[in-house]
Amino acid sequence: MSRIAAQSIRVRRAGRTILDDVSVSAGAGEFVAVIGPNGAGKSTLLSVLAGLLKPDQGSVSLDHRQLADCTPRELARVRAFLPQNPRCEWPLPVHRLVGLGLTPMLPAFGDFSAADVARIDNAVDACDLTAQRDQPVTTLSGGELARAMLARALVADPAMLIVDEPLTGLDPRHAQDAARRLQQLAQVQGKLVIASIHDLNIALRRATCIWALREGRILAVGAPAEVIRPQLLRELFDVEACVCGSGAQAFVDFAP
Amino acid sequence: MKGKYTVSLWLAGGLLLLALLSMLTGRSGFMTPGDLTGALQGDSRAAELTRLILVELRLPRTVLACLVGAALGLSGAVLQGLTRNPLADPGLLGVSAGAALGAVIALYTGIGMLFALAVPMLGLLGALAAATLTLSLGSGGGTLVLILAGAAVSGLMLAGTALVLNMAPNPYAAYEITHWMLGSLADRGWDQVWLTAPFILVGAALLLGTGRALDALSLGEQQAASLGVDLSRLRRRVLVGTALAIGAATAVSGTIGFIGLVAPHLVRPLTGHQPARVLWPSAMCGALLLLLADVLTRLLPLDRELNLGVLTGLVGTPFFIALVLRLKRVAP
Repeated sequence: MSRIAAQSIRVRRAGRTILDDVSVSAGAGEFVAVIGPNGAGKSTLLSVLAGLLKPDQGSVSLDHRQLADCTPRELARVRAFLPQNPRCEWPLPVHRLVGLGLTPMLPAFGDFSAADVARIDNAVDACDLTAQRDQPVTTLSGGELARAMLARALVADPAMLIVDEPLTGLDPRHAQDAARRLQQLAQVQGKLVIASIHDLNIALRRATCIWALREGRILAVGAPAEVIRPQLLRELFDVEACVCGSGAQAFVDFAP
Repeated sequence: MKGKYTVSLWLAGGLLLLALLSMLTGRSGFMTPGDLTGALQGDSRAAELTRLILVELRLPRTVLACLVGAALGLSGAVLQGLTRNPLADPGLLGVSAGAALGAVIALYTGIGMLFALAVPMLGLLGALAAATLTLSLGSGGGTLVLILAGAAVSGLMLAGTALVLNMAPNPYAAYEITHWMLGSLADRGWDQVWLTAPFILVGAALLLGTGRALDALSLGEQQAASLGVDLSRLRRRVLVGTALAIGAATAVSGTIGFIGLVAPHLVRPLTGHQPARVLWPSAMCGALLLLLADVLTRLLPLDRELNLGVLTGLVGTPFFIALVLRLKRVAP
């Protein structure tokens, strides 16, 4: 998989237009941050790109293949999706939760093979959960749970990762940590990462591309330093903001 | 965790022991295996009679207890996995209420007297009708819609049953209907086994195939869908499987509560809480519980045999209360 492209997406729900003529595209190695106010349609856009929601108009293609033509199982093998605040309903041990990410690869019956167990252990280790491997998921802290869910999403080695608000509810250290992981996935491992993010500083410093969304329409698309500017932030959020510094030192602050 | 199959092996062993106990226990009391082999010796009339009791009465009863109990335990585990609600039980989709209404109509109209299998056959028809109604009401919506549709159908079927009871021509008919509804495996023979076993087995096969999808569902519906699970197909499969297994089970045994609710809870901590790994053990645990209850109804020194549904209710409620108390402790 190298490229996903959405063409004139329109989604209407209960008489309201949620996405209106949205066209975006992104490819391998990119870390796209979707920004915009609450209710802008970020989650809906991510669901459409993940193939979980059929748009009323427009189409999404994955490497010249229409998303609508892929079976759910085919799609599940190339892209992973994490919704907002992912939870686990039963107190599964962490390695079993992570193993659920292999569902699209497994036969209908039977337990994990030795190769599967090795993949699970790799994902658990990569997300720094080695000590929590056998702990019930329900006893994890918020940061640990977020890492466990990320391990679950990555265990099948998907080419594309779509994450809805992965940083919400995390303290600064864990938020930075999670953002760094997403950045590395894109830049080191060459995956396509698309995430909706409210923390503009993280988006500014870590993302390779920004999609700014308001009231279901794309306001701006481009490199973080070009998109995250006072004038756009005013249009996007109705707040006065200043963007100071540049490169890794750049930060956004809001006027009271 | 211990060996992968440890739990299943223990349950299978317990099941075998209880099945033996069930073969040795009758209304007349308990027989030791020694007495039994003694009684079976020779060609005397008594030996012939003992053989008849074993093969034509106790064996089908034991087999039915296993089938019905397994259907209840399995369907309970699947429904709890589907709804991710520990209080879900096989009655959730209106199927058992439908089976009860069908059987009650057979008893009321006298069709039940026409031929031996009329009551379970009508029960089965009732279950399938209820499932069809639930499916057409609830299809296209989410799991919550399906549950609400099941509740509505269940209510309708219960109202129908109450109406039939109300219209019962004489106290004896009303008594017969009530007695059937309390659940029992007494006086069931091979005919009932052959009628219901195919439905229960096909239903169970459908339900056992949902494991992978139920596992994925522990992450919620969105993540399950993103892992390639077709949720509407899963819901349909669970409904059809439950209709066949529970419909047939209720049609032959009457309504038996609590087993489907309790069995998954008993085995869940032993299998690491993963929904797919709860299914088989829960089916075996259900069979074990029902067999135990059935043996108890025969052993209790009462003037008349206690109905199965009454016993499972009496024993099940304290367990349920314990569950509530534990939940209160675990989740403040």
